[in-house]
Amino acid sequence: MLGIGLIKGLAETGRNFVGSYLDPDRLVTVEYPEERLPVKENFRQFPFLVFDGEKADIGLRCVACQICEKECPPQCIYIEKSKDKKPDHLGKPQFYPAVFDIDISVCMSCQICVEVCPFDAIKMDQQFELSTADRFRGLLLTRDRLAKPNSHFQAIHPRDAAEIDMRRVDERAKAEAKAKADAEAKAKQATAAAPGATKAVASTPKPAAAPANEGAIS
Amino acid sequence: MAATLDQLFVQLLHGMTAPLPEAIRPWVALAISLGAILAVFGLCFGITTVCERKAIARMQNRLGPNRVGPYGFLQFAADGIKTLTKEDIVPRTADQVVHFLAPLALLVPVVLTFLVLPFGRNMTAMDLEVGLLFFFAAGASTELAVFMAGWSSRNKYSLLGAMRAIAQMLSYELPFILSTIGVVMITGALSTTKIVEAQAAAPGEWLARWHVFTPWGLAAFLLFLIAAFAESNRSPFDLPEGESEIVAGYFIEYSGFKFALFFMAEYLGMFSSSGMAVTLFLGGWTAPFAFLDWVPSWMWFFGKLGVLIALFIWVRGTTPRLRMDQLMDFAWKFMLPLALIILPTAAIWHYAGRGWLGWLVTAPIVVGAYVLLGRSLVGRRRIRQRSYRYAAT
Repeated sequence: MLGIGLIKGLAETGRNFVGSYLDPDRLVTVEYPEERLPVKENFRQFPFLVFDGEKADIGLRCVACQICEKECPPQCIYIEKSKDKKPDHLGKPQFYPAVFDIDISVCMSCQICVEVCPFDAIKMDQQFELSTADRFRGLLLTRDRLAKPNSHFQAIHPRDAAEIDMRRVDERAKAEAKAKADAEAKAKQATAAAPGATKAVASTPKPAAAPANEGAIS
Repeated sequence: MAATLDQLFVQLLHGMTAPLPEAIRPWVALAISLGAILAVFGLCFGITTVCERKAIARMQNRLGPNRVGPYGFLQFAADGIKTLTKEDIVPRTADQVVHFLAPLALLVPVVLTFLVLPFGRNMTAMDLEVGLLFFFAAGASTELAVFMAGWSSRNKYSLLGAMRAIAQMLSYELPFILSTIGVVMITGALSTTKIVEAQAAAPGEWLARWHVFTPWGLAAFLLFLIAAFAESNRSPFDLPEGESEIVAGYFIEYSGFKFALFFMAEYLGMFSSSGMAVTLFLGGWTAPFAFLDWVPSWMWFFGKLGVLIALFIWVRGTTPRLRMDQLMDFAWKFMLPLALIILPTAAIWHYAGRGWLGWLVTAPIVVGAYVLLGRSLVGRRRIRQRSYRYAAT
């Protein structure tokens, strides 16, 4: 009969209207700036640089190898390698990025830089409120703005961070064990060489310096 | 106390005009009434827009405006300031004079229709003997204004919107007026005041004699309400301003305050036709039950008006827009025949009386007509496999 559909429709909207005061399922709007839904762990938005410890300029994992710069499809990364070296977490002297810029007006959050990074130095962030009044400098993230502590990475990607942290601890332990073994081997060599002629004493600094050089090259 | 409260505004008006000379007193009283109507319904307009947005939002599981003022209820003030300060753009090719006059020509008749509405006991601004006729005459002239707006803008969308509006308003004008004839037949008066008085509870009766409590009255009330939806261009009859098809219809080229005037005229038109529906069928300012007579009469009127406006909002939040052929079919094949059937039914009711005999005779006529006409409108649609003349099958 004519009008039945209208009455059904009115009942439905009426139920929604009354229900919006009683049932949270009938009022699904989240008032965004005040309320927020939790971000999914796999959500990614623009990369950032991870650093260990407290200070960004010391703990930055990036060694300025420039792989990400070369791989970046829209070419939004710009890196200048440093002239000097700093020790990394394994104690090896490494280059570090003197300049590391990402133009996020170009970046497409493809995550390829993260995939190719062999040092776990660049990771995807979840920061999406990046509106700015300055569309040039405001959207060009420099090294200092990109650098974020490892604790931030642990907070946004707990699973990945745990895995990477464990791997890095292992690497470090291995490196320390190796350094210890090397040192012991060298000490043994030194003691074995000690009873020899006085000529050998002059040559002792050479093997001692060798492991340090090797480490820097590899 | 109740009587004082009931006649509060009447006494106020009387006190304001009493010191004036006899000759100009009715004119001043009329001007004051008009000012009061504009102020009250202007405010109603603002509050209704906010309530409507909030209510429709709730129906769609949203929150609606909630930023300006407590619970967002000052949104209308912000919107008003915005429209007032906006630039008024007139298209270069527009007919400047007609373009300027159209919003005024729309608003003035709509405001005039309020003059004959009885807002309470002795509270009719202009108690004409032919009040109902005046209401329809003034209300019908809005169609001219709509076409002025659509034509003078020199925009194909505004012209299409105006054509749609004319077609729709003329079609629905017939059932709009015909559905009220029954009331005139029963009460024997065109004066809105007398129509309301005829619906008051007779001495000794507990239920008021509202026309909506009769079979023909209920049908006529629904017809009047549907026609009022169409006359005020509101959903589901909002084809003249169908956003998805013709952007904004006849007022597409209006901006700033002129746009606000169109918007206001639409809402005021809704208020006035709701007010007329209250007057004709819901007993105007009379109480539904005799024991509720102590409530001030204007409270009854505005309460009923509020209920009808809530219904308008509810329907707008529910129904999708009609198609043009559905719109015309509904007006000419359903509403007009039903309105014509209601006329003799009202006559039968008049002679059969208010008792069981009247119900027994008139109720089957109205229900039968409704069912049969409804079936003829929606029942004969048959879905067949579509045949293509040129495309390969």
